[in-house]
Amino acid sequence: MNPSSIPSDYLPIFIQFLVAAGFVVAVMVATHWLGPKRKSKLKLETFECGIEPQGNARIPFSIKYFLVAILFVLFDVEVIFMYPWAVNFKVLGESGLIEMLIFMALLLTGFFYIIKKGALKWE
Amino acid sequence: MFTTAILVKVIIIVSVFAITLVVAMYSTYAERKIAAFFQDRLGPNRAGPYGILQPVADGVKMFMKEEIIPDVSNKFLFIFGPSLAMLTACMTSAVIPWGRGITIGGNFYIMQAADVNIGILYIFGVVSIGVYGIMIGGWASNNKYSLLGALRASSQMISYEIAMGLAIISLIMMSGTLSVRDIAEQQQGFHWNVLYQPLGFLIFLICAFAETNRAPFDLPECETELVGGYHTEYSSMKLGFYLFAEYINMFISSAVISTLYFGGYNMPLIGRFVHDPNWLSMIGTCFLFGKIFFFIFFFMWVRWTLPRFRYDQLMNLGWKVLIPLSILNIFLTGIVMWLNGKLG
Repeated sequence: MNPSSIPSDYLPIFIQFLVAAGFVVAVMVATHWLGPKRKSKLKLETFECGIEPQGNARIPFSIKYFLVAILFVLFDVEVIFMYPWAVNFKVLGESGLIEMLIFMALLLTGFFYIIKKGALKWE
Repeated sequence: MFTTAILVKVIIIVSVFAITLVVAMYSTYAERKIAAFFQDRLGPNRAGPYGILQPVADGVKMFMKEEIIPDVSNKFLFIFGPSLAMLTACMTSAVIPWGRGITIGGNFYIMQAADVNIGILYIFGVVSIGVYGIMIGGWASNNKYSLLGALRASSQMISYEIAMGLAIISLIMMSGTLSVRDIAEQQQGFHWNVLYQPLGFLIFLICAFAETNRAPFDLPECETELVGGYHTEYSSMKLGFYLFAEYINMFISSAVISTLYFGGYNMPLIGRFVHDPNWLSMIGTCFLFGKIFFFIFFFMWVRWTLPRFRYDQLMNLGWKVLIPLSILNIFLTGIVMWLNGKLG
């Protein structure tokens, strides 16, 4: 067990980032140089099943996706709250268990509410 | 001493990176061979004996294809999308312990790029950034199919991320640490977490399928409805990156599943026959790769066996089944640990 990490422990992650980024950039440049370049107006159109493209794709989309994103933010924050609790679960003992049960009950109440409201109903 | 340590880290990182790429390359070959086996066909068999050079041929083909960037797209984001998808796929392997470690000349080197004490949070963080790769690419294409595919992908991935996070919490309650290496070490012998957390494992496995956009959760690239989904407009190696990132993600999630739930590099009983710690560690690494390859096979097995979900079924499964189940699992874990007197 190493209870605390020092900043130099994260150095390998930085090196990994450099390796991965170097690879990505090199491949992107290589594919740009290697491929043939015979562009035409038709090739550079977006694909729409062979018919002429109608307008562009900057169009309003279903609000349901937005709702899911908002709910994700709420629930993910709650999940993140639970991580420090889970790590210290054995130390906190019974009081920690009871406190988390209350937190879970509130979370589930909210969850029940959004389901009853039909926020997750997809036609 | 410090420079040697860095040099060793660089060697580990570059070799893990190379292994990841090779495994991902040959996963594409394995996928096609396994699909062929399931459908009573031969599969690729022209490039080299039994077609084993097929992934190389595919790679060269991807490089030699014309690079098309649609006129109406956002040029920078169009290139940035697949780059980000690939970058995040390659970053996750940093915290996975590949083996216990090797002693060379009196120095002990752990077979892991970075042994940080928040390994699991790191994995979650990087996986979450992966959503952007798909979303940016699909939006920048300025194509309706791509947009729909990207929207589906991102809302699917964020939905299953919650259940995945909750499934892991019950594991952390037992282990009391976020370090991936400590969790692997705690499972010595037959104390594999899957035996204590079967429900958590099942939820995690399902979420891993959804996070990697693999069948039966491959709605973002559902051919019958969306042409190619978020990568409809992509060609050359940019398309290659999206496809390749999926296989790398599959490899990494197999590694994470094996490490968190199946004992990682621990091999029961081997300690009785082999006593040299270096050899033990090497055998453990081979054993870990055995587990990983099994899970990669499992991913493919499921893909060629199950039909695809409908979108409402997918969202209902994520929100109304997996999230309540994983909360129930946390509850059960807490109660059982309390009854067994594990709490301080």
